[in-house]
Amino acid sequence: MSASPAPVKAVADCVFDLLHNEIVDWASQTAGPSTDAVVQKLDRLGFQVGYRLAERYSREKPRFADTLEIIKFLCKEFWTEAFKRQVDNLKTNHRGVFVLLDKKFRLMANFSPPPSASAKDLASIQLAFTCGMIRGALHDLSVAATVTAEFATPAPAQDAPFPCNF
Amino acid sequence: MAKPYQRIGDAAFSKIEKVNSELFTLTYGSLVSQLVKDYEDVAEVNKQLDKMGYNIGARLIDEFLAKSNITRCVDFRETAEVIGKVAFRMFLGIVAQVVNWNPEGTECSFIIDENPLNDFVELPESAAGLLYSNILCGVIRGALEQINMKVECHFLKDALRGDDTTEIRLSLKELLQETYHADDD
Repeated sequence: MSASPAPVKAVADCVFDLLHNEIVDWASQTAGPSTDAVVQKLDRLGFQVGYRLAERYSREKPRFADTLEIIKFLCKEFWTEAFKRQVDNLKTNHRGVFVLLDKKFRLMANFSPPPSASAKDLASIQLAFTCGMIRGALHDLSVAATVTAEFATPAPAQDAPFPCNF
Repeated sequence: MAKPYQRIGDAAFSKIEKVNSELFTLTYGSLVSQLVKDYEDVAEVNKQLDKMGYNIGARLIDEFLAKSNITRCVDFRETAEVIGKVAFRMFLGIVAQVVNWNPEGTECSFIIDENPLNDFVELPESAAGLLYSNILCGVIRGALEQINMKVECHFLKDALRGDDTTEIRLSLKELLQETYHADDD
């Protein structure tokens, strides 16, 4: 009974989600009036996290052969560890642009911008930390990238999906 | 006599949706280091963390009441036990021992052996006075205020600063009356 293996440490989802919300609110209040400044601040915070997570998750992996291998690692292992599911779809133009589609992105599940606000701006703020994480993870794996996100607002009556393109 | 809070906490933790603690811990670390850079004054950072925790606690209490299987506590002693054994367990996967009660039963300490927020963290000399996990105090304060208990909560010891353990002191200040706002409905 007492000899069970050490469990993987975990915390409740909602605790991370609430922390992320607080970080987004704080950045929105302190980064300056423009959406860009807020996005940049969150992106920088996410970068640190993605960089260190990728370092930990890829430690046991053999060296990646090419960029596509790295992106696949990002879509599967990294995404599963960080966002609890794999990316739904990966597209590329074979010239260095990759599009990752997550149809039920966790951090957008409760996204409902007030009607008065610009949904596009708020979505880019809500997704900025994640973009930074992806950028940081890629940086750790020796890929310099710019990362942006698009959020397709679902029809009001629809619960899911929440498709996010990165 | 004592209720099996440890077991209730274990059950609540096994049922709740979880995420790898590294993501959470590193995210928190990245926030704290940014706050330290932005404010240049550790007292201000401590305050900001407490404030963020307060906001989180005010929402987390709903999650707790909905999913913990805990009903009304008879007194503050029981409330503290529930926080230590059920709430800490359910949300952070750890148990906090509740000790050092004052005779009146209004003040106690949480002893935390394994604070997940501390993982991978080493404080530089320049961070003297920083209460790294101060967000926890805010969470407890914010959550209890929603159920009409006004408390004070602060760090007495922190293993990160070289203390033998981590100890959070909790004091009950006032039981608030239910207030109704006429313009609410």
